Amino acid sequence: MPLIAIEGLHKRFGSNEVLKGIDLGIEAGEVVAIIGKSGSGKSTLLRCMNGLEAYQAGKITVEGTPVTQDETDLRHLRLRVGMIFQQFNLFPHLTAGRNVMLAPMIVKGTAEAEARTIAAKVLERVGLGQKFDAFPDQLSGGQQQRVAIARALAMEPRALLCDEITSALDPELVNEVLQVVKGLAQDGMTLAMVTHEMRFARDVCDRVIFMHLGKVHEIGPPSEVFSNPRTPELQQFLGQLH
Amino acid sequence: MAYQFDFVDVFKYTDVLAKGIAFTVTLIGVGGTLGIAVGIFGAWARGYSRMKWLDWTVGAYVELVRNTPFLIQLFFIFFGLPSLGVKLTELQAALIAMVFNLGAYSTEIIRAGIEAVPRGQLEAGASLAMSRLQVFKHVVLRPALQKIWPALTSQLVIVMFGSAVCSQIAVEELTFAANFIQSRNFRAFEVYFIATGLYLVLAILLRQGMRGLGNWLVFGRRSP
Repeated sequence: MPLIAIEGLHKRFGSNEVLKGIDLGIEAGEVVAIIGKSGSGKSTLLRCMNGLEAYQAGKITVEGTPVTQDETDLRHLRLRVGMIFQQFNLFPHLTAGRNVMLAPMIVKGTAEAEARTIAAKVLERVGLGQKFDAFPDQLSGGQQQRVAIARALAMEPRALLCDEITSALDPELVNEVLQVVKGLAQDGMTLAMVTHEMRFARDVCDRVIFMHLGKVHEIGPPSEVFSNPRTPELQQFLGQLH
Repeated sequence: MAYQFDFVDVFKYTDVLAKGIAFTVTLIGVGGTLGIAVGIFGAWARGYSRMKWLDWTVGAYVELVRNTPFLIQLFFIFFGLPSLGVKLTELQAALIAMVFNLGAYSTEIIRAGIEAVPRGQLEAGASLAMSRLQVFKHVVLRPALQKIWPALTSQLVIVMFGSAVCSQIAVEELTFAANFIQSRNFRAFEVYFIATGLYLVLAILLRQGMRGLGNWLVFGRRSP
């Protein structure tokens, strides 16, 4: 049984069908890259996985529990599946440390002292042990994104969804974030990432999913997908990157 | 024909003026605090509660207040409610009217602030398994108040000036005091000259107070 199982997923925004029947399983410990053109539905797929988008047909289960729009169910789901966003979305009125401490304290009821210990530990893990008391606007984009990763890790999720987490960064800051993600992958974290970093996808991911027009168009290990694209759409997509 | 100012006759009534100031400060202090609390609740109800009936009720309340004069609201509460068996002192009626009035305006002001908080912030909170109420309390409220703090301050000053209307139901606030003094000594120009100055000072103090409160409560960068 995959950790995240998706069957026949359909998603529409009004009359615009964005996902047209997705079947996909992500195993525990697996690192999956989702690639594709803008508008192909890759972010929507990711957002469906933790209930930020409702879907019209099909089924998503996480560890066997279905993803619905019921608020209690959603909160249980989100305790197990964390998400990191393109725009970091740190809480601007809180320090890096408080950003990390908030959810464990108010959601899990962790005592403040223990939450502080957890926060220090995860910030250390993303290389920002010294930035505990810095506010988001005092941090670079790369640092903010690493705090966002720490914030998600503090909830001890079983899987992390990364939605183009380096797309808003200056080129020289991309690497520090990817290094952190690579570390997580090596530690066995289950990761599903929408990304445009093809080199990273090739080096770190177990599988690559190419989405096209709302469907999984091609799927396979990176060596296959990148070296031997079978469909003209993927060939064209990869060709455009060079 | 030069007017001869004579303030001596006004200064005989310093105690009346002092009492007037005390009442005005009470009205704006208590009314302002509770009114903003109502506003936060109203903004939550309209934007966040997901309860249609509550959203609608608060919406109707806001429109009722914003589209009727404050004086009529005050008369309704002070003269109207006793007919329904609700007996209120002048001060109680005035405070209720102020909270009622400010609550509606601040509902809309605070709601504007809430809507200006980027959607991504809410999604980040939700994706950390926070409930909608937790997202509102811990993620949305402070950034929202930061955005609208100056507007809220202005509304408070307006409401403080509006408290002058409470003299009409014999609340002994500053305008009541001024009216009272000029009816005794007929020195209207001098009395209102001083009342104007006192309102000016009170308004400046209120703005400064709100700035301090904002820095402490809303903008405060307290490291943990």
